[in-house]
This record gives sequence, C-alpha cells and structure tokens, in this order.
Amino acid sequence: MERIVIEGTPKTPTINFDMATGQLEIRGRSIPENSIEFYKPLVEHLERYAGKPQANTNVNIQLEYFNTSSSKCILDVFKKLEAIHKGGSAILINWYYEQDDEDMLEAGEDYQAIISVPFKMIEVAE
Amino acid sequence: MMVDIYDFYDKMERNNIMLSFKGDITSELLTSILQIMESKLDTMQEEPKIKKKVYNVLVECLQNLYHHMDEIPRSLNGASITTGDGENIRSAIFMIGKLDNQYNIITGNYILTKNVEVLKSRLDEINKLSKEELKDFYKAVLNNGEMSEKGGGGLGMIDIARKTGQKLNYHFMAVDDTYSFFSLNIKIAQ
Repeated sequence: MERIVIEGTPKTPTINFDMATGQLEIRGRSIPENSIEFYKPLVEHLERYAGKPQANTNVNIQLEYFNTSSSKCILDVFKKLEAIHKGGSAILINWYYEQDDEDMLEAGEDYQAIISVPFKMIEVAE
Repeated sequence: MMVDIYDFYDKMERNNIMLSFKGDITSELLTSILQIMESKLDTMQEEPKIKKKVYNVLVECLQNLYHHMDEIPRSLNGASITTGDGENIRSAIFMIGKLDNQYNIITGNYILTKNVEVLKSRLDEINKLSKEELKDFYKAVLNNGEMSEKGGGGLGMIDIARKTGQKLNYHFMAVDDTYSFFSLNIKIAQ
C-alpha cells in the first residue's frame, strides 16, 4: 500500500496519508484560492483506499486556518471517509482546535452534524 | 502628480489604516498581504482569538475580490486606468485599519450593474439571519454539493457574517450605465 505526502506551504496544509496503517493527517493552513485542485490527489487516493481500507482508520485534522473554499473540499474528504465507515471499517476523526478558538471548534461541530462518522474534539494549548 | 499626498496621508492616519492597496488582486499579492498582516498582528501582540478572527475574515474578503471582481474597460467614467495590460483590466481597493478597538476591513470593486440586484438580495438575506440561522444556513450551503466555477461555493459572505457577528455593511454606486462600484465595510470588534 502506498503513502501520500504533501508538504505544507503558507497557503496549503501538510497532508500525510499512510494507507498501510490507515493514518491520515491534515495539518497547517488551508487557504488556497483554488482548493479543488489542491485536494484532488487526496480525494482520488481516498477513492482507491475505499476499495481496500484498513479495519481502523484514524484521521487527525489540525488546522490553524481554513478558508470557505477549502471547507467544501474538506467536506468531500469526510464524505469519502463516511462511505468507508458505512462499508464497515471503523473511522475516527480527531478534530484539533486551539484553546479559545471557538470558530475552529464550531467548524468541527458543523462537520460533525453533517457527517455520520465519530468525531472527537480535542483542545490543544495555543 | 495631481494628488494631494498629505490629504491622503492625513485621512489614513486619522482612520489608523494599517495597510491599503489599489490594483489587481493576484494570488501572489494575497500571499504578501496576508504575510504582512500576520506579522503586524504579531507585533501588536493581539490576542490569539482576535488575531485568528481578523486573519480569517481578511482571507475571505480578499479572496472575494480575487474571485468575483468584474473586469472593466480601460477607460471608465472619464478616467483612464493605467494598471495592467490589455483592453480590460481588473482593479479593486482594499484597506484595513484599527480604530476604537475595532478592526475595519474595507473593500471596493467594480461589478456589472446587471448583477447588483442578485448580490444585494443575497447580502440582505444574510443580514436578516440570527446567529443560529446563520449557522444552519452555512451548513446547508456547505452541504448542497455545489461548487461555483470560481471555487467559492457561496460560503464567503455567510462566513464573514458568522465570524464577525455583525451585519454586512455594503454600498453600491452606479459608475455609468454598465458598471457599479461595490463597497463592503466589515467590522471586527474585540
């Protein structure tokens, strides 16, 4: 099984998806003007992963900032994960937010309300 | 130069403008503006919570300009515009300042007059909503499966209203028969 690693930039997050262990991490900032293009490789890998997922997939989302253009793409990513979860493989989405960052916590709760996958909200120090 | 520069300076000083720009809004420019503003907010030792809010709203305001400003002909309203090359140009204005413990983000861009009504009714619709209704509206638009060709997805203004907790303060001014100027003044209170 392969692994996809995308290094972060001032406008795009670091993405690390290890399909052999079922670990997916998105970390940093996601504020590109063209978010569809940026998230396309990850969405495609998730489509392939869905064919033969691990028994447990652990997802860590630790974003400092994200724009509304990314928010739709992140939802697409979560929808792919939801399909895998419905197929019988366990998915857990850990949503990290910095202490006092109510906007980021609320953003996580918005996704939690839309997506039928277990979410864990994790507060971290600033 | 036919500009009274002191008049400009004085107005900017009185409004405590931290950064302003006029011209085409490119991806590279957005990166630079965001870097400058981030370091200014750090220097001011702004509370992390406010810093994040200002930065987030700034991203949405600037990307609104980037995605949605309409091109205008080089000669408009008697003024010959010299920015950029070609027949049509992209030009907008942006300012950010801090006055009385409140951040002000002001943007201005040209819009085709025929599109004014649609934008106006959209902004009025957002302005009618309560905090809870905005949250529900945001989720509904997020989950409607549509992505505009410009990549925005129609969430920008809802997000700005939600994060600032204030009404979207806007103005349209007719420039000629075809074009209008749209301005938006966003306030972020501490």
